[in-house]
Amino acid sequence: MSGSEPEQNGANPILRCENLSRRWGGLLAVNQVSLAFWRGEVHAVIGTNGAGKSTLIHMLCGEIEPTSGSVFLHSADVTRWSQARRARAGLGRSYQRSTIFPSFSVLENCRLAAQARSPKPWHWWEPASRCEASLAAATLAARQSGLHDDLDRAAGLLSHGQKRQLEIAMCLATAPQVLLLDEPLAGMGAEETERMLALLAALKADHAIVLVEHDMDAVFRIADRMTVMVNGSIIASGSPQAVRHNPQVQAAYLGEH
Amino acid sequence: MDFSIFLIQCLNALQYGLLLFLVASGLTLIFGIMGVINLAHGSFYMIGAYMAFGLAPIVQTAFGGGFFSTLLVGTFLAVLLGYLLEWAFYSYLYDREHLQQVLMTYGLILVFEELRSLIIGDDVHGVDVPAYLSASIALGQTMSYPVYRLFISGLCLCLALGMYIVFTRTRLGMMIRAGSSNREMVQSLGIDIKFLYRIVFAAGVALAALAGMVAAPVSSVYPNMGGQVLIICFVVVVIGGIGSIRGALLAALLIGFADTFGKVLIPQASGVLIYIMMAMILIWKPQGLFKAG
Amino acid sequence: MTAKRASPLVFVALCFSALALYPLVGGQFGVDLVSKIMIYAIFALSLELLVGGTGLVCFGHAAFFGIGAYAAVLLAPETEAAGAGLLALSVLMAAAYALVVGALSLRTSGVYFIMVTLAFAQMAYYLVHDTPLGGGTDGIYLLIKPVFGAFDLDRPLNLYFLILLSLVLVFAFLALLYRSRFGRALAGIRVNEQRMRATGFSTYPYKLAAFTLSGALAGLAGFLFAVKDGFVNPEMLSWHLSGSVLIMLILGGIGHLRGALIGAFSFALLQEFFKSEAVFGSFAKHWHLGLGLSIMACVALLPHGLVGIPGQLRERLARQAAQRSQGTGAVDERI
Repeated sequence: MSGSEPEQNGANPILRCENLSRRWGGLLAVNQVSLAFWRGEVHAVIGTNGAGKSTLIHMLCGEIEPTSGSVFLHSADVTRWSQARRARAGLGRSYQRSTIFPSFSVLENCRLAAQARSPKPWHWWEPASRCEASLAAATLAARQSGLHDDLDRAAGLLSHGQKRQLEIAMCLATAPQVLLLDEPLAGMGAEETERMLALLAALKADHAIVLVEHDMDAVFRIADRMTVMVNGSIIASGSPQAVRHNPQVQAAYLGEH
Repeated sequence: MDFSIFLIQCLNALQYGLLLFLVASGLTLIFGIMGVINLAHGSFYMIGAYMAFGLAPIVQTAFGGGFFSTLLVGTFLAVLLGYLLEWAFYSYLYDREHLQQVLMTYGLILVFEELRSLIIGDDVHGVDVPAYLSASIALGQTMSYPVYRLFISGLCLCLALGMYIVFTRTRLGMMIRAGSSNREMVQSLGIDIKFLYRIVFAAGVALAALAGMVAAPVSSVYPNMGGQVLIICFVVVVIGGIGSIRGALLAALLIGFADTFGKVLIPQASGVLIYIMMAMILIWKPQGLFKAG
Repeated sequence: MTAKRASPLVFVALCFSALALYPLVGGQFGVDLVSKIMIYAIFALSLELLVGGTGLVCFGHAAFFGIGAYAAVLLAPETEAAGAGLLALSVLMAAAYALVVGALSLRTSGVYFIMVTLAFAQMAYYLVHDTPLGGGTDGIYLLIKPVFGAFDLDRPLNLYFLILLSLVLVFAFLALLYRSRFGRALAGIRVNEQRMRATGFSTYPYKLAAFTLSGALAGLAGFLFAVKDGFVNPEMLSWHLSGSVLIMLILGGIGHLRGALIGAFSFALLQEFFKSEAVFGSFAKHWHLGLGLSIMACVALLPHGLVGIPGQLRERLARQAAQRSQGTGAVDERI
């Protein structure tokens, strides 16, 4: 069932999924989820543990195959595409547990990520450290994430907040159009959270940002749209105000707020 | 091929496959539950075979025991050896990376082989089949089949059944299965995971040694027998799926039949045959036939 | 170039210089032994690309070494062979087998990968051991050594320098490769393959390329071995050789090219030590015991190999200094 794509302000969504489901044996982890993500928006996906958020993200970025349903990136059906291929097409991803390379410098982390766009593996005699294209993209990404003062530090020596920033920087180094961020604020103090939120606000204009988060205060401050998942299904989706006042959501999730 | 020859080969294949299963089940358990890749597993098989050879006269003179007594004493010693080895050596390997485990256990193989060379020597030895099992059953008019080989198959089947019962019907089995999928959870439930691992390891060693003891009269006792069995067991575990006893049984039987009939029908290529089979199964299922459990 | 960066290069340059000058002091036995060790060093370097460079623990590397050796003997014509052509063919054969084994094995990972590579090496072993192709357990002789232009390989010194040249070239090639884009991608795959995929690298082709290249270089080592000894036998594909070359790597230190060099020499010397009747008398025939215990000690006590000793010492000294400077406990991170 492909039909026409939902439009918003005359634009097509960059990333879209249709009736996405994932079954593990008898357990239905994600149940018929259909969502669309547009450029210029921060779309938060929230829900309790086990609601299926992580599985949804895994299916969107290609780490897990859906049992049924489709994923569309730039209006192309990418359901069968590998994660690497989707990444090259503009789907960036950051992980809940930092996946930076601890023994490399901050700059090298970003440069290696940027190299994916211009891999040139056959030029074995050229040192990678002189690759202009990837260095430029890396410096830009590091600067955007606020790490320009720490370019030569070993990534393993960064503070926790800086590591999360680097995680985002590596994502940005590949020049994506969509950012799938899995709990970027996890384990951050107040000041680091502020910095991260400012970063996300700055990135919003040029990217579609999909955010999975547990920090409700932050989510309500930054999100333009929200989707609430319970037991694999969406129970509410829309503006943060609408979601907050949705009785089902209040009962199931936001009860304590 | 006429029918009696075919039947004989089937019985041989069954016996070889079941014996492989006995050794491989220990290997896949040790890997599936403790996450340790144990290259020295073939050495336990070798130790079993040499025990059958070396213990028989001792058991005979000490209390006049015969074959079964030797088996019992040997199994007991193997359990003891497994217990001590786990405590002194293997428990340090659990959290190390695979390469380190590979090399440590490889060093252990060298040590075992030399100890064997020092204690018993490098000659090839035979072990006698006990008198009451040395008869043959007639198959058809001209062929007959040794009872001892049937005994081997029967013993392996009983042990396989015993394993099944322990795993599915006893608390110990339940703990073992839980331990293989979630180590920390089992620990937090108050189960002494160290003791569990020691038991599993000792059982694995005992199974391999028992297989060696029982196989000794048929395949004789010689240096390097451990290495040969080890690699075939690796193929069994790869095909069957790491941690899966069911997979190990199916894969062992598959290899038993492929190898036996391969030797008869295409003797030149028989050595290569099981690897080709492994390659083809890997193309189809890179994780092996079954998942753990 | 900082002092830290220069010292490994200086060390390696010194090693190669020492090797170039060795024939002046070494007798016939010494030259023969060092030739053999240098071939093992090339072999170890090829495996270092896989294990240290890409994080793939392969336990079947002897297969590619042996195939290179057997190809040198089997493909050599009756008369003197053109050395370059025969070398190219041998390397190609080893690379071809590596391509097939890699394509299948890389579908697995972790322990499966280790077991599968071992199994495929055994397959090659049985191919030369059981079939008439390989001449069986007796092996085959290379009656006439190939010729490299005017370079007559029947003279051991010429062979020595050919091997040394190959070693230097392989080392230089891998050093360049490690700092190239391809090498950096391999390094990323070793540390976190998932992250590389998420960034947009299709990791399978990279791993397969590394595996094939590694097999090709092992084949080169095998070719040189066959030319040197004039004899090949199935033991060149045995898993004991696969184990030995892994030991060389961990002994020297994984993750550093010079580790492969140091490891090959240390392993050979260790073997000679345990085999020497001068030290152990009649017990020398049980040299596997000493070797096995050494391997276990090395893995347990020197996880970073011999290359890592300076680092380990520095860390220990730094910790002691930190304990002595009461309270601040500040340690320079660069140490």
